[in-house]
Amino acid sequence: MVEVILNIAMVIIGLSFLLVTVRFIIGETVVDRVVALDTLTVSTIGLIVMLAHFFGRVIYIDVSIVYGILSFIGVIIIAKYLEKSL
Amino acid sequence: MGYLGILGALITLTGALFILFAAVGLLRMPDIYNRIQAGTKATTLGSMLTLLGIGLIHPAWLLKIALLIIFVFVSNPVSSHVLGRAAHHIRVPLSSRTVKDQLAESESSSTNEQEVSE
Amino acid sequence: MKIKGIIVVFFVLLAIWLILNGTADMPVVLIGAGLSLFLSLVLCSKCSVFNEIRISFRALVYTFMYLGVFISELVKSNFDVARRVLSPALPINPGIVKAETRLKSRMGRMILANSITLTPGTFTIDVIGDTFYIHCVHIEGDDTEKYAQSIVRKFEKYLEVLYG
Repeated sequence: MVEVILNIAMVIIGLSFLLVTVRFIIGETVVDRVVALDTLTVSTIGLIVMLAHFFGRVIYIDVSIVYGILSFIGVIIIAKYLEKSL
Repeated sequence: MGYLGILGALITLTGALFILFAAVGLLRMPDIYNRIQAGTKATTLGSMLTLLGIGLIHPAWLLKIALLIIFVFVSNPVSSHVLGRAAHHIRVPLSSRTVKDQLAESESSSTNEQEVSE
Repeated sequence: MKIKGIIVVFFVLLAIWLILNGTADMPVVLIGAGLSLFLSLVLCSKCSVFNEIRISFRALVYTFMYLGVFISELVKSNFDVARRVLSPALPINPGIVKAETRLKSRMGRMILANSITLTPGTFTIDVIGDTFYIHCVHIEGDDTEKYAQSIVRKFEKYLEVLYG
């Protein structure tokens, strides 16, 4: 039961990845692409924790913490660069 | 597992649905500021619920997951604020449906004052 | 006096270290305490932001009240944004409004700006002086000033007690 519901949730997150990737490709401006990237990384944190459940290993949670910190710093740096204050 | 596991799985499903709504909003919204609204913030609640659901399925992991939830909670508003500020700074145009822009008004009035004083 | 800030940062860092390690063995705790002491002394020797935290029973009660208001607001406005996104006509009425704040401390202003940003439908674009510039997905009614004030007041009355 639990596994079935979690599989459905993973399919839904995968669908949202497809939609966000469309926005990432059509873009219009640079900031649109960065926003799409930020959305992807935040949902990926949830996805990695779901993988931790499927593989039954707690180490994946540490992986997602490091991933979240790196993507956060990346977005801040890109925004600073766009503001020309870097 | 039992009932707590099923409750956690349902909470995870709700979070996944919020992430899907965020993706739909990112596609449909007319300009960058509204996309930031829909995109980076519906994902905050979405991923927080996803993490909480997995935490309920595995109660032993709950402390680490709480740390992760607090991190998402603190970092996400900062990054969306910084992106919005950068977009306004490099003059990304607002959509035609926008009612008013008081930031641009006050910026232009302050630059006028500087020109006058110079 | 920066001793309060150093103590707060020390305990936060130590808690994060212990949670990440997952054990409470003696060497782990000692190494963590040493590292957190070093980092809190280095980070807080110049910075006075954490001294603005008030630690009292009243502050604790108001923290929980604030969290309650904030989480209910977060869930409510998430459903609101989901409804707007899914409806075919896309009923939005966006705009950037400005609102004055009464908060004086930097910590209180930071938490206010982040709370406005986290509730979907509104997000802080810029803070210049006492003025918050807030982008709203849907401005309700004709009176934008009143609407902007209502966004800020919702959280401000709790943060005034917490950080002044």
